[in-house]
Amino acid sequence: MIAIIDYGVGNLFSLSSSLRMIGADAVITGDPEVIKGCERLILPGVGAFGDAMEKLKADGLDRLIKEEAAGGKPLLGICLGMQLLFEKSYEFGEHEGLGLIKGSVVPLEGRIPKDLKIPHIGWNSLKLYGSCPILKNIKNGDFVYFVHSFFAEGCGDSLAATTEYGTEICAAASNGNVYGCQFHPEKSGETGLVILRAFCSMEVSK
Amino acid sequence: MITKRIIPCLDVKDGRVVKGVNFKGLGDVSSPVELGKYYSDCGADELVFYDITASSDGRKLFTDILCEVARTIFIPLTVGGGINTVEDFDRVLKCGADKVSVNSGAIKNPALISAAAEKYGSQCVVISADIKRVGGEFRVFARGGRDDTEMEAISWIKRCVGLGAGEVVVNSIDTDGVKGGFDLEMLKAVCDAVNVPVIASGGAGKAEDFVTLFNELPQVDAGLAASVFHFGEVKIKELKMLLKDNGINVRL
Repeated sequence: MIAIIDYGVGNLFSLSSSLRMIGADAVITGDPEVIKGCERLILPGVGAFGDAMEKLKADGLDRLIKEEAAGGKPLLGICLGMQLLFEKSYEFGEHEGLGLIKGSVVPLEGRIPKDLKIPHIGWNSLKLYGSCPILKNIKNGDFVYFVHSFFAEGCGDSLAATTEYGTEICAAASNGNVYGCQFHPEKSGETGLVILRAFCSMEVSK
Repeated sequence: MITKRIIPCLDVKDGRVVKGVNFKGLGDVSSPVELGKYYSDCGADELVFYDITASSDGRKLFTDILCEVARTIFIPLTVGGGINTVEDFDRVLKCGADKVSVNSGAIKNPALISAAAEKYGSQCVVISADIKRVGGEFRVFARGGRDDTEMEAISWIKRCVGLGAGEVVVNSIDTDGVKGGFDLEMLKAVCDAVNVPVIASGGAGKAEDFVTLFNELPQVDAGLAASVFHFGEVKIKELKMLLKDNGINVRL
């Protein structure tokens, strides 16, 4: 069973539909006991970093997620959910993240040429780095769907894929059993389903 | 590099796609679910669903169909038609829509844009404007292009973006249905005024019209059409190959 962590941020319909499509059992939940009982976790999210982190903290989910990840449970963050995995964010001030992957979240504004539109919305291609298990069936140049105004930098060896938008932007990162996608696999057609399938079929250490 | 998007638009009434659809190999040509899946499989980058149902019974039916479509396709889905309140946003987003397109509802109440953008984020709010030339200026029309609002279109769109709209659909009433190509002059005026994605609509009659659109106006992000796709006059896969051959970056 996969827990789609519900902390009141974002629309979880497409994510749960896409998991159903690939035959994975998933439950949308914010209940710590249910989350502890699941063998994989997905942290979704859209919106602002600070608000999202506050909501996680209010329910004690920040600590729980860190404990579960430390225990070896596969964890996938998507979009804002990915950004929360990093050490800190500079979205409207400075906020501490979950610190599960090295790097910090910074605005696109000022880091890409002025003629490029923000948010970065649309289909863009991936350039792979290293051998991230959730991207094992993905090729360089495969397209995925992005919607974001902030991105992670300074990921070092955790960098798993980038995309080109005026500059090279972190599209995916991983650290052990913790994975993050800046793009939306649940909106990225067949390519996205391939990525979700890889996450769902990874062996879980008990 | 980011790609140009190709977006088919489905007009849905009483749970069926209304504008004529003419496909071989499709069991039920007016089923939004089958047609949505067909386009998604053909490489459409996004789908627009337009609710043209008048009665509240129809609205419930539309919501049911929308949920079914959203469960079937895994590309972005934009929903428009009859969106007048934040509750309307809520209703369609809960069914799996990713973006909501507002038109007459925003003309009646521009604060709808800021309220929705605040609650769901700008990326979720699309302003769709029906525009026609009147006495040498671009005018915004309401109620499906029937009523002249007497508002100048470019300043209206700038205002909407200022309020938080994250994307603009430009429907040229002047070129719509003529099939002589997109309204490049009108689109350029909009692109010069805002820095959010602009989607061209109205006038596509053949695949070459999309090539002209993206070559002449590289600032335009997407091309939207209905009947040329429904009738198979333009096939999405072939269109994307043609765009690629012309040096335009697309998802293949």
